Amino acid sequence: MLNKLTLKQAIDKLGNKEVKLEDIWLDVLNSIKDKNSKFNIYLNINEKYQDQLNKPLKGLPIAVKDNFCTKDLITTASSLLLKDFKPQFESTVTQKLKDAGGEIVGKTNMDAWAHGSSTETSQFGRTLNPRNSEHLPGGSSGGSAAAVAADMCIAALGTETAGSVRQPAAWCGVVGLKPTYGRTSRYGIAAMASSTDSPSPITKTVEDAAILLNHIAGHDPLNATSSTKEVPDFTENLGKSIKDLKIGVIYHDLKGLEDAWALFAPQLDIFTKLGASVEYAQAMDPKHAVGVYTVVQRSEVSSNLARFDDVRYQHGRDTFGDEAKRRIMLGTHTLSKGYADQYYNMSQQVRTMMIKDYEKLFETYDVLVSLTSPGFAKKIGATEGEAMFGELEDMLLEVSSLGGFPGASVPCYHDKKTNLYLGMNIMAPMWREDLVIQVADAFEKNTHWNSWRNND
Amino acid sequence: MTDSNKNYQLICGLEVHAELKTKSKMFCGCKNDPFHAPEPNIYTCPTCLGMPGGLPVPNKKAIEWTIKLGLALNCKINLFSKFDRKHYFYPDLPKGYQISQYDIPFCYDGYMDTSEGRVGITRIHLEEDTGKLLHKTIDGKKVSLVDFNRGGVPLVEVVTEPDIKTATQAAEYGRKLRDIIRYLDIGNCEMQQGGMRLEANISLSENGDLPNYKVEVKNINSFKYMEQAIAYEIKRQTTLLKDGKTPAQETRGWDLNKQSSFSQRTKESAEDYRYFPDPDIPPLQFTKEQVEKWKKELPALPEQVINDWKTKFSIEEKYSKLLINNSQTTALLKSIFTTALENEIEPNNIAKEIINKNIKFNNNLKPQEVITAYQQLHQTDDLDSNVLAQTIEQILAANPDAVTKYKAGKTQVIGFLLGQVAQQLQQKLDMKQVRTKLLKALEN
Repeated sequence: MLNKLTLKQAIDKLGNKEVKLEDIWLDVLNSIKDKNSKFNIYLNINEKYQDQLNKPLKGLPIAVKDNFCTKDLITTASSLLLKDFKPQFESTVTQKLKDAGGEIVGKTNMDAWAHGSSTETSQFGRTLNPRNSEHLPGGSSGGSAAAVAADMCIAALGTETAGSVRQPAAWCGVVGLKPTYGRTSRYGIAAMASSTDSPSPITKTVEDAAILLNHIAGHDPLNATSSTKEVPDFTENLGKSIKDLKIGVIYHDLKGLEDAWALFAPQLDIFTKLGASVEYAQAMDPKHAVGVYTVVQRSEVSSNLARFDDVRYQHGRDTFGDEAKRRIMLGTHTLSKGYADQYYNMSQQVRTMMIKDYEKLFETYDVLVSLTSPGFAKKIGATEGEAMFGELEDMLLEVSSLGGFPGASVPCYHDKKTNLYLGMNIMAPMWREDLVIQVADAFEKNTHWNSWRNND
Repeated sequence: MTDSNKNYQLICGLEVHAELKTKSKMFCGCKNDPFHAPEPNIYTCPTCLGMPGGLPVPNKKAIEWTIKLGLALNCKINLFSKFDRKHYFYPDLPKGYQISQYDIPFCYDGYMDTSEGRVGITRIHLEEDTGKLLHKTIDGKKVSLVDFNRGGVPLVEVVTEPDIKTATQAAEYGRKLRDIIRYLDIGNCEMQQGGMRLEANISLSENGDLPNYKVEVKNINSFKYMEQAIAYEIKRQTTLLKDGKTPAQETRGWDLNKQSSFSQRTKESAEDYRYFPDPDIPPLQFTKEQVEKWKKELPALPEQVINDWKTKFSIEEKYSKLLINNSQTTALLKSIFTTALENEIEPNNIAKEIINKNIKFNNNLKPQEVITAYQQLHQTDDLDSNVLAQTIEQILAANPDAVTKYKAGKTQVIGFLLGQVAQQLQQKLDMKQVRTKLLKALEN
């Protein structure tokens, strides 16, 4: 059962020589063997690892979303076009992970090209939610979130464009921490929407997320949009009091959230109990974010996917799935002469307005919180005929992604009947992951929603 | 309606592409040396091959050089600029888009003067070059190969206004632009290899107004051919117009052997490249101070140097033109000429000897070394001072007019007298010595 260890526990126990690395790997690989055929979480498994006890991550098995290029390890982005693509180079983030002593235990399933919020657009079959196999895990980093939830790894990496880490984290009852845009390098990751893609940790606890972020963050000379800002120690705010912090709650009066909000609202009391102030605040209607995000993202997707063809990858553009084709067509249209002003350029202007709206809220509040997703994990098949499924599911996260703000989803409710979770999204101003971590950690430690904490 | 009496005026603008000779490529660290690569596809990486997750990081030097070229061509500089993606599918373009500049180029609104008038420069922008396609037959099979050594090499595009009125003016503009790029030491402009490529937009107008069609002649790799192509197009289009037809809006190529242009593709409407700002590259912001600093760093341009040398050193223009290769050489030449004057040697003579390769020249020479080399070349025979004095006396006696003129202040006659002395003596003379003696004799 060593696969159930959190990253922090595993590091400590290996440090104290309480456990052996090979026993952790054995349990993780066994749990993969037990469950992978049912849940379809990993596309490729790597059983080779090295003892790296002198390094901070000590050779522990980490799951990696299949859009990170990994040297000599097939990288498909869950697409048929790349099904035989073996990169000759390593993404910056996985290189940093390896440098810190992390080992890739496998590449996880995702929505093809990260297009989706359910993993159902994967061209290698959908992933099931390990909390309840009749339900979807969310996406696009559904495989990584599911691998964490099922203890089929010690921690995982995902990427978020708008919700692709936090939403599956919420649906699988795990922690997803999207850092500020530019905090983690995009080099070597098959691009979805370049202006918002953010490599992120998906972990069992907030503490684990802080530890993992410490090792993958930082400036990358190979990525012109990566920040040169100094990287703080993200574990510093763990356990720190949130007394006197100002918390703004947004989207409370949004239509369609009523059921989930009734379960979510009482959870806010914990902040008051811990001495923070909690206030309802008014943010711009996220319906604008859906439109803006759709146009910006489709435009970038149509451009980013132009490089894939059968000249270099053997499989041609006819192998794109319906979702990729839809996005290419829409994005091509929104960038076309005569339409670019009305769609792409207009969207960028509204994007700026939305960012200013959040910035104004951050003048009053230290953090903003809301639901991560409008409800519990949807049932299998829920996306059928719903071309805008993902955009609507991620509506509550899109502004923070378009603005590059950091945010984390932490479990904030558990439904005993379905074994499914709700997530709370905690957002902070640019470069203030420390605040996100502080509030998320305080919430996690003072509630019983995190399944690993219950097991403590 | 036909009218064979109509006269047409050429309306022509040029688009010139030139590769910059930075050490590394435009957006990655790969070596920028496509013409000397020992093998295809060796100077490549995930970024210039367009692999998943390959990301562009702009080359600062290339940006600085583009702006310097703009300053040399009297352009205004956009302090805020950006790179955009230009989309089209072609096998030599691995990303499916070229990183270029759309609505905010680094430089705009400049000009270049030619002997046939001023040519306005619309814009100068920076982009990346594409790979190179090779169509071959291997084992009896026709195949297309692609070499990405050139893919991602920095490429400037200089676009003119439709100000060019003759084929010779087009060629002069092109040559001057090449000279300036070489002179700034930012590009080699090897025409044959494609390091510099010319495109001419050619149409004819009856009244000087912009006509409603435009013929683009592409892929011309010499100034001579460009002149020929424009002359040919003037003839071809004149014939059409005189027949009452409008030449088709199209792209044409130039056939060297047939000495004629041929239609490549017709463009009914502008292509849609779906430009948008490249989200991988943050916008660029320059300061006035930065641009001023670059402006100060600009060397004097060829034309200016030729004039300077003429005034200061009496160097003949034909020599100056041959000597001006790049700015590094001109700085050295200037100090050689200055040193020559100090040694009472005619700088023009030194220039001549360098061009005739009697003095071996390289950029690492010290001025004094060149002077010494010149003096060795012109080493004089030992001259008996009595013989010299006698000869001078004879020459002065034989030319009383010249002596009178000299005494009246017309010192130019000294040259004539020196020549006479030299002719009589038939020896390699130390002219400095002769001159001193001659002056003394004249004073008496």
